[in-house]
Amino acid sequence: MSPVLEVRNLRKTFGGIVAVDDVSFDVHEGEILGIIGPNGSGKSTLFNCILGQLQPTAGEVFLHGQSVTGTRPCDLNRLGVSRTFQLLQIFPQLTVRENLILAGQEHQGTMLSRLFGRRDAGLTGAANQMIEFFRLGHLADEKAGGLSYGQQKLLDAAMAFMAGPRLVLLDEPAGGVNLTMLQSLRERLKAINSEQRATFVVIEHNMEFVMALCSRIVVLAEGRVIAQGNPADVRRDPKVIEAYLGH
Amino acid sequence: MADFIQLLIAGLATGGIYALAAVGFTLLWQTSQTINFAQGEFVMLPAFFVLIGMNYFGQPFWLSVVIALVVTMVTLGAMFKKLIVDPMINHGVLPLVIATIGLAILMKEGVREFYGADAWPFPPLAEAINVNVLGAALSLQSLVILGVSIAAVLALQLFLNGTRTGRQMQATAQNPTVARLLGIPVERMILYTFLINAALVMLAALLITPIYLAKFSNGELLGLYAFIAAIIGGFNQMRGAIAGGLLLGVIDNFTAVYISTQYRLVVPLLFLIVIILFRPQGLFGRVEERTV
Amino acid sequence: MTPSQKKVLAAAVLVAAAVFLLVAPHLLRPYGIFILSTWVVMTIAAIGLNLTLGYAGQVSLAQAAFVGIGAYIAAYLTTRGWPFWSTYILAGSSCFVVGWALGYPALRVQHHYLAFVTLAFNTLVYLIFRNEEWLTRGIYGIMNIPRPEVLGWSMARPIPFYYFLLAHLVLISWATWGLIRSPWGRAFIAVRENPIRALSLGIDTRRYTLMAFALGAGLGGLSGALYAPLTQFVDPTPFALGLSLNLLLMVIVGGSGYFFGPFLGAVVAVLLPEWLRFAQGYYLMGYAALVMLLMAFCPTGLLGFVDRVLTSKPKTTSATPPLAGTPAAQKAAG
Repeated sequence: MSPVLEVRNLRKTFGGIVAVDDVSFDVHEGEILGIIGPNGSGKSTLFNCILGQLQPTAGEVFLHGQSVTGTRPCDLNRLGVSRTFQLLQIFPQLTVRENLILAGQEHQGTMLSRLFGRRDAGLTGAANQMIEFFRLGHLADEKAGGLSYGQQKLLDAAMAFMAGPRLVLLDEPAGGVNLTMLQSLRERLKAINSEQRATFVVIEHNMEFVMALCSRIVVLAEGRVIAQGNPADVRRDPKVIEAYLGH
Repeated sequence: MADFIQLLIAGLATGGIYALAAVGFTLLWQTSQTINFAQGEFVMLPAFFVLIGMNYFGQPFWLSVVIALVVTMVTLGAMFKKLIVDPMINHGVLPLVIATIGLAILMKEGVREFYGADAWPFPPLAEAINVNVLGAALSLQSLVILGVSIAAVLALQLFLNGTRTGRQMQATAQNPTVARLLGIPVERMILYTFLINAALVMLAALLITPIYLAKFSNGELLGLYAFIAAIIGGFNQMRGAIAGGLLLGVIDNFTAVYISTQYRLVVPLLFLIVIILFRPQGLFGRVEERTV
Repeated sequence: MTPSQKKVLAAAVLVAAAVFLLVAPHLLRPYGIFILSTWVVMTIAAIGLNLTLGYAGQVSLAQAAFVGIGAYIAAYLTTRGWPFWSTYILAGSSCFVVGWALGYPALRVQHHYLAFVTLAFNTLVYLIFRNEEWLTRGIYGIMNIPRPEVLGWSMARPIPFYYFLLAHLVLISWATWGLIRSPWGRAFIAVRENPIRALSLGIDTRRYTLMAFALGAGLGGLSGALYAPLTQFVDPTPFALGLSLNLLLMVIVGGSGYFFGPFLGAVVAVLLPEWLRFAQGYYLMGYAALVMLLMAFCPTGLLGFVDRVLTSKPKTTSATPPLAGTPAAQKAAG
């Protein structure tokens, strides 16, 4: 079976700076792939290139065998790819439930049908389910801006799952989250992964989080892949150790 | 042929004035993300400062000019920055744009209300005579305007490239964050840009007001030309503003004579639309990476 | 003040305003009725611009051009015997199409460039109005524009025509309210607040922005089609850049992104100067100064100010929609 995501020789330069240099890897259905690397190793740029946020300078990206290099993020989302952001990007003046409805509405019907159809695009039920799953029930009608940071992170993740995506890219989901929330987040992610056979790619700095969550790891340093494999092997790889200590 | 050269020189002359206004406009944008919608009014007002000096305080022209320069640099330079730009820069670009629109209205109506709605004559820097150059009768005034604008722009370039302060200003314009890290007093550099803009608009006023007379409504058209020149040339390059201004002056003059005075504005406007849509970085600008 | 208290207050204000609008024409002289009618027409144009600017976050300086196009279509056709309704619909849909055509390339550029493109467009359209005499009668204008008939009732007199205009305002407000409350409205907010996030959620920012821009233009056209029979004379002068700037200021001062912002803004821009007629020049200066003060202290306009004063929790992430593209909006988003 072909991989869900294939990245081939991806390269991104900004003027004279090479942020991503000839990166290739596959992501298979149902796995949770972690991408780690020291600061400035090009992880976020890599994500942005895969997701169409940036145009890659060279290289290709395939989704289920179909070329999606440089496709706009909204079109990619409609093909079943979704993401979370490193810097929190929820809509603070909408309620938690409204945020979730927003996250799923573009997949309901056509643009015109959405104008004349129901106010919630028929998504109140799905939104409530998501709220239950992420244990945000008591906050459903609160304005998202009033939530704590950790709760907003959960909302952010929940939004990424509203449209039932096949592939989710999570950019530093653990950043700034306290330990108890972290447990909850990791456990929720694992649950969705097994229940919906959703495939994840996770960028993270938090080693413990990554090692516990991911089945396979890719290590980047200075824009290049320096190691790939299961968490235990990668941890012991001398190149990886050097990349981190060398900084 | 002689007519052509005459028209060309006249076009370059007005272009030089547009260039001065456009350079100031571009500098403000580069260093402090200020889009000064009132730039046209900024050129209109100093002329009235001079007239006030002459008619109300009875001072000779040259002294009035000097005083007006100081007043302009204080009000349209320092005060503009401290009282209007600084408080608003935290709210983003849009509120500042709206505020400068408000400022333009305020300045225009202020002049109309307190000085008058008429058009007053303004002393020219040169006699309105013609000079014979290579068989063409060229307006001395045009030549002087062109000469002064070029000299001013060259002086500015010399300052920016040849002095330490000038290079620091350039660094601030390119990347304020890095400039700060390098120990450059960024706030002061930004203030200097505002002061330079004030000087530039003052000079533009001295050059253009003798031709169009001092009128409260001068700013509308001038401002439009300054924006067009800056954008056509390349919003993020000073060179572009200069080239844009000169090009615009020539196009404007030739359109008026060879196509139609009624549709005089059409060619610059179409040019603007085409450039923005197909080459937003302008003719000489650098491409800004768009992420969406 | 709690949200439910705010709702009661808002309802009370609305009822008072509605009563005023219904009763006022009987207490005013013809000129007063004319000014009130002008307020109605300008509010419709401002509602359109509020869609474009307040909800989709795009700075358009072309609204006057769309009002003008609508006015000239209505003027040209009704003076040739076309019934009002057909010109009204034609004005609105033509401006929608022109807005779409202008926006399609123009919205690909960054915000500050859009302001200049729309500024250029407005000036170009004005020049065409002024110069193409065969079509628009140039500076001489089109005169004797008839007022419409509704079901055999003539709207020629000031008071009936005023109610006619008011009815249009109510209909348009109701339609716009429906739009804002629909998934489209939610998408507009997303596009304005955080276009990058919106894209990642499958929201086609380009299409929604274009739609808001075109709808705003269409409403401008409708407003123009109502302006023509109101003044019964159309010439190029009102549709120059000044009106675009005025409409922009109206939306901003009222409160960009607030539903009733345009209503309030139009009061400040249309009714206030009439009451302060004696101080015409000073009025404009005061208006400009007000705009500058608002931008410095409360960029969300008068309604934003009221909202802020009435909101019980003085947090930065409050219910007020931050002005598009500002650091406050980015801060609020994350």
